[in-house]
Amino acid sequence: MPGQAAELVFDEATKRYEGRDGAAVERLSLTVAAGEICVLVGPSGGGKTTALRLVNRLIELTSGDIRIDGTSVREQNLVQLRRGIGYVIQQVGLFPHMTIEANIGTVPRLYGRPRSWIHTRSQELLDLVGLDQSYATRYPAQLSGGERQRVGLARALAGNPPLMLMDEPFGAIDPIVRARLQDEFLRLQKEVRKTVVFVTHDIDEAIKIGDRIAILRTGGHLAQFDTPRAILEKPADDFVAAFVGRDRALKALALHTLAELELGPPADGPRIPRTSTVRDALALAIEKHAQVLAVTDGDAVVGSVTRDALLS
Amino acid sequence: MIVAGGPVIPNFGTGSSCEVNNGWFCTDWVRQHWGDTLQPALFQHIELAAIAIGIGFVIAFALALVGFRFRLVDPPIGIVSDFLYTIPSLALFQILVPFTGISLLTVEIALVSYTLLILYRNMIEGLRAVPEEVVDAARGSGFTRAQTFRRVELPLALPAILTGLRVATVSTISIATIAPFVIAKGLGQPIYAALSQDIFKTEIFTAGGMVIALALVADGLLVLLQRSLTPWVRA
Repeated sequence: MPGQAAELVFDEATKRYEGRDGAAVERLSLTVAAGEICVLVGPSGGGKTTALRLVNRLIELTSGDIRIDGTSVREQNLVQLRRGIGYVIQQVGLFPHMTIEANIGTVPRLYGRPRSWIHTRSQELLDLVGLDQSYATRYPAQLSGGERQRVGLARALAGNPPLMLMDEPFGAIDPIVRARLQDEFLRLQKEVRKTVVFVTHDIDEAIKIGDRIAILRTGGHLAQFDTPRAILEKPADDFVAAFVGRDRALKALALHTLAELELGPPADGPRIPRTSTVRDALALAIEKHAQVLAVTDGDAVVGSVTRDALLS
Repeated sequence: MIVAGGPVIPNFGTGSSCEVNNGWFCTDWVRQHWGDTLQPALFQHIELAAIAIGIGFVIAFALALVGFRFRLVDPPIGIVSDFLYTIPSLALFQILVPFTGISLLTVEIALVSYTLLILYRNMIEGLRAVPEEVVDAARGSGFTRAQTFRRVELPLALPAILTGLRVATVSTISIATIAPFVIAKGLGQPIYAALSQDIFKTEIFTAGGMVIALALVADGLLVLLQRSLTPWVRA
């Protein structure tokens, strides 16, 4: 079975549909370094999902190439290629007639792994995605939407693929659970270090999740490919600036945590953990009409931060 | 010779007063004729229906494979099976006898043609109802087309297929009672015998009741099969 993270290269990747004007994806070139999360974001019609599906050839390239660790996807056996790529979609697509364990064991079973191996692996993966091991014998219909997507993630990870494709994986989940799943996904990614292509239409999610963000505009043109910070601070053009939103300066605050700031001496004020983002701290200061916040680490107050310091 | 005040029952003329008076249900008649009339008719009836359902299922499944894979041929298959379903069975016998004779084959061709519509339609609908995202996930996970069909589409269509099988089974058991228009087999046989004897009520009720009971039992067994094959449906 496949192992570590792979480098993914889009090289002038193009998809045109017969009888339709313009391309769905137009000469897309970008490199996703091994172990990085690349978020494809943009308005609908921007070709994000098409670009993603070109990788595992659920859609075939018209021209150009896509290479995984140097090997063109065109040269690989279709079925082998897909088994080596984790695939997560918005509607999850769990197999309703299989237990959770059988769902997670989908790819290992295709590789001919024995039942006992699959059992052990699925228990491991349930742990990893934060579900109780007793879920193994249930059916998808017995799970909530958030739980199903966790299983979807576990299924995609089961073959230990070097590359994961995730198409709006948290798009159908309510905002509170979505935020938690995003956090857990980032924690999990620290552990598994996969190369991930992640599609979303939500710029806030892109900023939170991505090591790099590729903004696609209508017709599948790459408008900008850069780190979240660079995109917020130096949008390449008006389209990117408009897509990111007029509050991009505020969004940029979400990229920094209090731990990165120089704190003042401990002081009285509304308490906030030092792992919080600057944006959350500012929101708290405004809400409590406070000029100074007490920054905590665990139960202890370790310093303070003023509203002005947050804004600078 | 006609006995005044009572129906003529040539075969069973020596029977009890219940029989002689053509009572609503004569248990002694049933007991007496279970072995020579009713039980053989029941077994023949099961055979008639089982052959028709078995062959009908195989043909419908083959057609469904083609109709599901190649959407263009689905409408013509549907129209033909629709058409077969609408032919009155007695007319169908008339049409078939010159070709297939007074034979079991004639009866089975008719019975099979009535199962096709129900079985085919349910198979196709069941296969089509498999959620798109589930098929997408299967293909994306590296299932071949054949694996996608065998491991995902077919099992998920099973509830609909088995529902079709239940309806086809019950209706075939019922329709099989007209077999005696061609050959002397099945529970239709005692019913016709009773009709030809100035309507001998006990025989009609018993044989008719057995048809109903057989249909209910078969349906019940299929429900059990459905439950054991599709445990996720009630999950």
